[in-house]
Amino acid sequence: MDTFFRVLLLQDYNTRLVVIGTVLLGIAAGTVGSLLLLRKRALIGDVISHATLPGVAIAFLLMIILGGTGRWPVGLLVGAGVAGVAAAAVVLLLRRTTMLRDDAAMAIVMSTAFGVGIALLGVIQDLPTGNQAGLESIIYGKTATKVRADAIGIGLAALLVVLMAAALYKEFRLLCFDAHFAGSQGWPVNTLDIALLLLGTAVTVIGLQAVGLILVLALLIIPAAAARYWTDRLVQMMVISALLGAASAWIGVTISALVPRMPAGAVIVLSAAGFFVVSLVFGSRCGLLLRFLRALRIHRRTNRQHILRAIWECQETSETVRVQDLINRRSWTRREVDRLLRKARRRGEVSFHGDHVVILSDHGRAAAEVVVRNHRLWELFLIQHADIAPTHVDRDADAIEHVLGVELVRELEAALGPDDLLPSSPHGLSGGTS
Amino acid sequence: MTWMTGLDDWVVALGVLAAFACALPGTFLLLRGMSMMGDAISHAILPGIALGFLVSGSRDNLWMFLGAAIAGVVTAVLTQVLHRLGRLERGAAMGVVFTSLFALGLILIVQTADHVDLDPNCVLYGAIELAPLDTVMILGMEIPRAVPVLVVVGLINLLVVVLFYKEMKISAFDPDMARSAGINAGLMNQVLMVMTAATCVACFEVVGSILVVSLLVAPAAAARLISDRLPVVLILAVIIGAIAAALGHISAITVPGWFPGGVEDTSTAGMMAVLAGVLFGLAWILAPRHGLLVRSVHRLRLQVRIVSEDALGLLFRSEERGDTMSPSRVRRTLVTLADAGPLAARLAVSRLQRRGLVYREGSAWRLSEAGRSQAAQVVRSHRLWETWLWRHADLAADHVHDQAMRLEHVTDDKMRAELEAQTDSAMLDPHGRPIPSPAPEDGNQGESRPWKD
Repeated sequence: MDTFFRVLLLQDYNTRLVVIGTVLLGIAAGTVGSLLLLRKRALIGDVISHATLPGVAIAFLLMIILGGTGRWPVGLLVGAGVAGVAAAAVVLLLRRTTMLRDDAAMAIVMSTAFGVGIALLGVIQDLPTGNQAGLESIIYGKTATKVRADAIGIGLAALLVVLMAAALYKEFRLLCFDAHFAGSQGWPVNTLDIALLLLGTAVTVIGLQAVGLILVLALLIIPAAAARYWTDRLVQMMVISALLGAASAWIGVTISALVPRMPAGAVIVLSAAGFFVVSLVFGSRCGLLLRFLRALRIHRRTNRQHILRAIWECQETSETVRVQDLINRRSWTRREVDRLLRKARRRGEVSFHGDHVVILSDHGRAAAEVVVRNHRLWELFLIQHADIAPTHVDRDADAIEHVLGVELVRELEAALGPDDLLPSSPHGLSGGTS
Repeated sequence: MTWMTGLDDWVVALGVLAAFACALPGTFLLLRGMSMMGDAISHAILPGIALGFLVSGSRDNLWMFLGAAIAGVVTAVLTQVLHRLGRLERGAAMGVVFTSLFALGLILIVQTADHVDLDPNCVLYGAIELAPLDTVMILGMEIPRAVPVLVVVGLINLLVVVLFYKEMKISAFDPDMARSAGINAGLMNQVLMVMTAATCVACFEVVGSILVVSLLVAPAAAARLISDRLPVVLILAVIIGAIAAALGHISAITVPGWFPGGVEDTSTAGMMAVLAGVLFGLAWILAPRHGLLVRSVHRLRLQVRIVSEDALGLLFRSEERGDTMSPSRVRRTLVTLADAGPLAARLAVSRLQRRGLVYREGSAWRLSEAGRSQAAQVVRSHRLWETWLWRHADLAADHVHDQAMRLEHVTDDKMRAELEAQTDSAMLDPHGRPIPSPAPEDGNQGESRPWKD
């Protein structure tokens, strides 16, 4: 328990360093990831990150040939960066010069580059002088305790990336939302695209140390995709995405430091995935719950209006309205009708006379009249202006009656000029309507 | 290189079988623009494999296969759900799903490392070099365990493609048309996803889950660049994949030996992916119709034709002025005026000489009879267009030249006659220069009208 709070409250100097470093990485990835997602380049991060493997291997071999040990981290990271940018460039070139689509170009470049990397690793493994122990860790990332040495470098580089993204904010916004417009306004679209790819490569390369090359893509994609469920505005999206990235990084590093044998990268990614699921469900822009509730509300309103109109129309043709008459009007079951009637009674819109006779209350009559009126106005409109036969208009009006706004009703009144307050039905009301 | 019979030939056979199994779903993934799905599935089967290990507690092939297959289908379904229901762009949906599943798999493996002996590297890179050692007895023969697995998956893929060829083809090229023809494009998509997942699982042991992507996409893409016909693409993809697999293993055990350092071989799976990439690169450059080389030769030939027509026009006009031009001055003028590359200008000049359209007289260049007659037609097109643009397109007389420079190269006899009719057989262009008369009707390009009369 003691260690738990020590780690959580950053009392340990080493933990503090690692947490700050990875949190800054999460912020940088979230910021750049938002831009890449909106530019529909989310998966280019996958190509870049896989291509860093041959870059690191080549840098390692070069350094050995030049007489070093091959372990100089800056050299390895430069190799990774150069290879990442080169791979992204080949993808762009393939897209320009062949009829292949993005996905194929990315898959080919990614797998070939990774193959080169694995083949070179195979060579390095067998070198009498070589020891690839340092290289393996870039594939899966190191555990939190081992990231320590690189934490300061990671943090500084991430900060630089965030500042760059902020400095080019206006340009990137234009690029992400309307590249053609940006081009027509004289913005250097190609240069900006390359700048964005460079930022993506930078995040990938600095993320290699912490989360490894396969999972660094997750840091670029998942927080950004989660942020999309909360907002429509780019600046808010970047901030939310950066916060989610930072929170995932913090949680990941903390758990990795507390629980034995927990790879930091994988825990960071799973935390981010957790935030994503929460956003997907509860997001305030188009979260599933919100959309479900909205659909439910519409469904309820539609049902209420259907039952009211059915009662009204039965009333017009006969003295008493029996439940069986209502069931015959639409394709609904007895159980549904009973349920809808019960709800209507709770709202005080109908009352029962005996077991089977339904009576509209004053309140219910007013509500039903509005629905029936909307329905018939639309039917009249279809007959008069869309040349549809009176026998065919009922179904169309049935769908639209629920969404006619006050203004549209007023326009219909003006266009049709009905004689009565409530026009009579243009078609017979006996039998079912559908 | 030492080739070990019974080992290296099995490695090649396994690679070829994997390439065969991958090429069929790979081609359809490529056509549907879903190549990265192979990547996503091959990453995401990691937790399935780990769970298979946990449940069975051993490296039992069946459990692993089952877990991986389920994880593969889950990936495809989740991606689809996030794309449809979550309204996320397909690439991003894929990225979210497969990285999360991969992270989950990694944690499962690391956490249970005590109980099961499973190396994530083996999943990522495959262990094709060791596969021939793990044998089973079938029909009294000792063959590697991976062989029947790959053969079965490959045959099932072949069967599915043969049975649903028409449906898969229409769904791949035009899902809307498929739907209107009563084909369930969504179902075909699911079939393709299951095929891909099963193939990834069957192959991951051999070439490693990530390099499966290479065998799925690179041979299919190379075949697509070579041919425009689906049956040919499918067959070529199989052949290219097989060549990549075979050459991959051979180079894995030879190429490192060419370099100093004492290393004799490297990862076969890695080299197979490299070879697949190299073969794709060759197709990219050398493909008969869509290759870079053919297309740039085409472009150069077109450019040379245009530049040589410009050169004829240039000489014709200088003759009109009673001037002469030296070859070097022609080249310079072409480069500056007609925006020709130096190479195209040089080729154009030699083309004119070779065809006897121009000849040298002292330091000057002159048009031959044939050359003058062709040049007259170019200049005639140019001046007809200038007149037409000036009269009918309301362009100012000093703005029509650039347009006419472009149009003159795509104007044939019929168009010239039409232009002449529409400009009321004008004698002079807007700049007051004479419009040359039409070429003789009999198509005898060697003579122009004044001589015929």
